[in-house]
Amino acid sequence: MTDDRIVAVTMPKWGLSMRLGKITGWNVAEGDDVSAGDDLADIETDKIAGTLEAADAGTVRRIVARAGEDVPVSGTIALLAPDGVSEEDLDAAAAQARAVIDAGVPDEAAAAVVESADVGGRTIRYAAAGQDGEVVLLVHGYGGDRNSWLFLQEPLSAGRRVYALDLPGHGTSAKDVGDGSVGLLADAVLGVLDAIGAVGGPGGVHLVGHSLGGAVALAAAAREPGRVRSLTLIAPAGFGAEVNAAYLRGFAEAQTRRELKPVVAQLFADEGLVTRQLVDDLLAYKRLDGVDAALRTLLGTLVAADGQTQRIDSAAAIAAIAGKVPVTVIWGSADRVLPAAQAEAVAGAVRRHLIDGAGHMPHMERPAQVQAAIEEAINGAP
Amino acid sequence: MARTITYREALSEALTQEMERDESVIVMGEDNAGGEGAPGEHDAWGGVLGVTKGLYHRFPGRVLDTPISESAFIGAAIGAATAGMRPVAELMFVDFMGVCFDQIYNQAAKFRYMFGGKAVTPVVIRTMYGAGLRAAAQHSQCLYPLFTHIPGLKVVLPATPYDAKGLMIQAIRDNDPVLFFEHKALYDLSGPVPEESYALPFGEASVVREGGDVTIVTMGRMVHTSLEAAGQLAAGGVQCEVIDLRTTSPLDEDTILESVEGTGRLVVVDESHPRCSMATDIAALVARRAFGALRAPIEMVTAPHTPVPFSGTLEDLYIPDAQRVANAVKTVAEYER
Repeated sequence: MTDDRIVAVTMPKWGLSMRLGKITGWNVAEGDDVSAGDDLADIETDKIAGTLEAADAGTVRRIVARAGEDVPVSGTIALLAPDGVSEEDLDAAAAQARAVIDAGVPDEAAAAVVESADVGGRTIRYAAAGQDGEVVLLVHGYGGDRNSWLFLQEPLSAGRRVYALDLPGHGTSAKDVGDGSVGLLADAVLGVLDAIGAVGGPGGVHLVGHSLGGAVALAAAAREPGRVRSLTLIAPAGFGAEVNAAYLRGFAEAQTRRELKPVVAQLFADEGLVTRQLVDDLLAYKRLDGVDAALRTLLGTLVAADGQTQRIDSAAAIAAIAGKVPVTVIWGSADRVLPAAQAEAVAGAVRRHLIDGAGHMPHMERPAQVQAAIEEAINGAP
Repeated sequence: MARTITYREALSEALTQEMERDESVIVMGEDNAGGEGAPGEHDAWGGVLGVTKGLYHRFPGRVLDTPISESAFIGAAIGAATAGMRPVAELMFVDFMGVCFDQIYNQAAKFRYMFGGKAVTPVVIRTMYGAGLRAAAQHSQCLYPLFTHIPGLKVVLPATPYDAKGLMIQAIRDNDPVLFFEHKALYDLSGPVPEESYALPFGEASVVREGGDVTIVTMGRMVHTSLEAAGQLAAGGVQCEVIDLRTTSPLDEDTILESVEGTGRLVVVDESHPRCSMATDIAALVARRAFGALRAPIEMVTAPHTPVPFSGTLEDLYIPDAQRVANAVKTVAEYER
């Protein structure tokens, strides 16, 4: 029997469609001691490159998957174990893991089911991960889509039902954004809550919103606070005048890869995360009929008439949920779109997490830390 | 939402969505409707390989079966375009283009220029090209260089279902005459394609694989041959950057030059004949504009300068394959002055 002190490090599932990941390099060797949060390996999917962080502390005793190798999602790529575990037990566990990798992707690997709701005549699409448990809804930002949560949706879904939606004008939802107001986008969030049966009380939802999606999630919570058990805002819009308006305009106006890449780079502290695939995917989205108009309309929601400052003001909404919905704020210290100092302006927040070294996309740059912060917010909800 | 459909279905979807969006879009060609006037079911055929199947009933009066007279119906399509329609005419095999060449290169290609920009000719001429179907010398050619040569024409060669849909939509919305080349061997190729409409701009190459050692510039079916070779070479430690031109006119010179400036080594893979081809054109571009970056002579992988053979054995030898591409890459990768 396998020694239960052996901890398997597995291929993560980044995004609902991921079935296979390639290990492009190991940052640790057999014999190394690691702490939770240490970089273990660089992993690449057909969509994105990222770094796998250690979830547990321990000693790396076996590296099962070689650099350059494709591994099915959840396949064991390394084994952590304390000194007391015998070499024989480790060899047996490694051989078992090796067989899974060699077998490749099981054919029956289920594709993610995308559902849709009609909200005010617009088709809003959303996808779920996980089964029963607390209900979580993830709301992306300007120009993003539900795949912005690819490093978080699956990991958060252990024992929970985690939804991510595409806001109007984004992803696979209807591209018409009407007046482009935060209120109209909040309608879509509330419409999805109706569709998934998140009514209130114990059946309420934990809302997580990023950037524009933060202002939208907050507006939805302010309208129906009884349905929201906790609210986590990641670099939310609406908490100060300062905003990188040049970034927002650049994103709306970029027509080619050459124009878009330097714009998107401003989202991240580590610009190496801006792969060609990421830029190509964004460009493919921007070229869908109706997206150009949607992004330009929403630009008017984000940026005031002076072309410099934020137009969204979330102060009234945050006041409206004071004492009703616990608020957690997460911000990347190196955010170049909305300054991290604005975290202090989120009145009444019960927790504030400053993620060191992350830019405007901490949920992509430091997913393990953001996951821990969100789980703290969920578990701490009354 | 993206789902997986074939190159054929992607083209059909592009036509359907543009016909729904714009009433001036019409479809015409031989057997596009399935033999109107003959006994039997309408829509049974939908073009030689079924791209327009189903459109005849969906868009009454807007799918026109034409006589087997290319000079008549290509001329009619070009005339209709100058008069405000957006016709998509199918000229079955590019090999037959000769019988209506005047309408294309001396009329459609010249109107905007000769009428001082006051006339536009938004016509799309769809056509099949390429070897591999045992269809012999008169039904297998890759004649896109002939059209790339003519100012005033735009020339499009999608390699994937995603590109096929987006480039067809752009071709229909474009105000200039577009020659739209569909490779016979690609119709059953599947890939992710959004349900929504989208237009891909002309003159933007797609980097379909990144790599730092050797640049492979290619187009159409040869994109897949080149990717196969690049995959084999990667196992041996040679990383190829594969550039799919997507359109040969306009040509995305910047993407080619930037890549060669990084790798210093170029292989051009073109299914067409070797003389006055995309291969020679791109080799000349790079020799002139990126000479300082080159670290090895440019290699070209093309078909030989012969008609396409009918013998299956010879036809298979005629079409550039991954082995020939890989050999050319090794030649430039291992070259030392």
